[in-house]
Amino acid sequence: MNKIASIIFILFSLLSCSSDDDNNTVSFSLNFSHNWDGTPVTNADFNTIKFTNAEGDQLSIERLRYLISDIKLEKSNGETIIIEAYNLVDVTNNQNLIFSPTATISEGTYSKVSFIFGFKNEKNLDGVYPDLNTVSWNVPAMLGGGYHYMQLDGKFLNSSNMEQGYNYHAIRAADNPGANPTFPQDTFFEVNLGSVTISNNAVFNIEMNIAQWFKTPHTWDLNVLNQMLMPNSAAQIMMYDNGQNVFSLKSVDQ
Amino acid sequence: MFFICFSCTNEKVDTYSPTPSALQIPQLFGDKIINPVIPFDNPQTVEGIALGKKLFFDPILSADNSQACADCHKPENAFTDPDRFSDGINGTLGTRNSMPLFNLAWNYDEAFFWDGRAFSLEHQAFNPVTDPIEMASTWPEVEQKLQDHSEYPTLFNQAFGTSKIDSSLVTKAIAQFERTLISSNSKFDKYLLGETSLTPQELNGFNVFMDENRGDCFHCHGSENNPLWTDNLFHNNGLDAIITDLGLGEVSGDPADNGKFKSPSLRNLAFTAPYMHDGRFATLDDVIDHYSEGLQDSPTIDPLMKKVAQGGVQLSPQDKADLKAFLLALSDYEFINNPAFKNQ
Ligand code: HEC
Ligand code: HEC
Repeated sequence: MNKIASIIFILFSLLSCSSDDDNNTVSFSLNFSHNWDGTPVTNADFNTIKFTNAEGDQLSIERLRYLISDIKLEKSNGETIIIEAYNLVDVTNNQNLIFSPTATISEGTYSKVSFIFGFKNEKNLDGVYPDLNTVSWNVPAMLGGGYHYMQLDGKFLNSSNMEQGYNYHAIRAADNPGANPTFPQDTFFEVNLGSVTISNNAVFNIEMNIAQWFKTPHTWDLNVLNQMLMPNSAAQIMMYDNGQNVFSLKSVDQ
Repeated sequence: MFFICFSCTNEKVDTYSPTPSALQIPQLFGDKIINPVIPFDNPQTVEGIALGKKLFFDPILSADNSQACADCHKPENAFTDPDRFSDGINGTLGTRNSMPLFNLAWNYDEAFFWDGRAFSLEHQAFNPVTDPIEMASTWPEVEQKLQDHSEYPTLFNQAFGTSKIDSSLVTKAIAQFERTLISSNSKFDKYLLGETSLTPQELNGFNVFMDENRGDCFHCHGSENNPLWTDNLFHNNGLDAIITDLGLGEVSGDPADNGKFKSPSLRNLAFTAPYMHDGRFATLDDVIDHYSEGLQDSPTIDPLMKKVAQGGVQLSPQDKADLKAFLLALSDYEFINNPAFKNQ
């Protein structure tokens, strides 16, 4: 949904006290691009079976959107900036591929820049973000409520060579669906972009290799795992495992 | 009514300023979803809404003064037509079922019609008047009839500060009225507000709706966190193996959109039969059977459609009955009985 400002709250918390304040402040943004093992992917590549996963399944993508939150920049002196915002990257509609927090940061070397894929549990509260409710990003209360982390939908050629739908929906893994679901392990994760030196307004060019979701450590067989994966906590944990190698920082423009 | 009168030299000029009338945003909508879309060049006013309502119910907009918008959008049917295809003034039938009209200001992408071909309510309203199988008139003719009418020039002056009637003011007034058609008082809304409770059957039906292993309806039709009960997006929900009405594909020119239609809101289903873009299903049981075992595969079927090879999600008879009970709890009797929405 185009007109939705992607941030409804930016709590900008500077957790440091001892920083030297002579530094210039600059703005920065995250620019998300997507590839399939190195071949760029945009929504123009959607709706045709043109990708092959590690298992050898041929597949298409019809819809891809995912949520990132809590960007964190840490300096070796302990100075830490956390930008408590979130952004729903919507590749299908080419929206929010660039996320520009309103907060500024100081120049210098950050030993670690990271963000969260999905929401940390304490942010993953049911129904509290109107812009995400508006785009039906919710997770049913019986699975713990809150929000999806990712929706990757498409078709694959199944073992009878017929097109079949798949819904690779990543959420917080839950067991015992119902009034009191339990949570076997966390499935949001931190994406560590490594160390970055900022000398000017900066654009972090972040790549998602979509093929990795199907690759390591779990070779994903779409004939086995295709739909109804939200209530399948084992599948959620596999998504979490495979997600560890999905993102990388390609470059920083400044 | 506020008249600001001021005189310049010898002439007395009346400048009319219509009374702003902000949309009443229901509590659940305000809590759960972002604000509705109101174009800055067509603010809601008391006079504009009243004029729009009069026009909506007035057959003067049709070529032979026989058909009003309300003939195909009846208040008692949540502003749709109980006939599968509506009769135009010439007795010609269309190929699409009429659409219910409510909560239209929350259609954020502003894509109207089953196939999304009209952008904005203002633009949508231009269509029926000249559609040969609907009101079959021309805008110059309609403008002239309104201009010659004993009341309309004054009403336009009150709403828009000019008694010179043109089509864009007609559509603006109608759009203002349409935006006031808000439905938010179903049994389920009252349940969410803690004002009533649901039967065990309705509660189980809601769980079927929300359960990915059973109905899995929420991905397209909203949830307790999205009171619109639609995503207002376009999907192929597996009605046909061979697609004849291209739907969104006709509008976008992209074959990947063939057979996609706008997800309708599931509010007010008790009043809006028949169902689907072509009104093919007479009852809610037919609709539920469709999702349960009637799915037809086609290249553009939405990947969210489950177990297509088996015909669908295979609900048990009990789950089907409960799902239906839940769906009916989304119907809003106060909406269809609201005197503000009826022709007096
Ligand atoms: C002859 C019957 C008929 C008449 C008269 C008619 N409509 Fe409709 N209306 C329809 C049908 C059928 C559709 C769906 C058509 C489609 O999608 O191709 C529709 C769709 C709409 C929609 C789209 C709703 C949505 O959610 O996308 C709006 C708004 C609407 N009509 C308003 C009006 C107004 C305003 C008038 C009077 C100026 C009017 N209609 C007159 C039959 C009619
Ligand atoms: C992939 C998205 C999607 C899912 C999932 C889905 N629907 Fe639909 N639904 C649609 C679309 C799109 C239409 C309109 C299709 C058309 O007319 O061509 C529709 C139409 C309907 C209608 C007819 C409403 C009317 O006013 O005509 C009902 C009722 C309905 N769906 C109920 C359900 C139920 C119950 C479920 C779960 C079992 C469900 N839907 C799952 C997209 C979906």
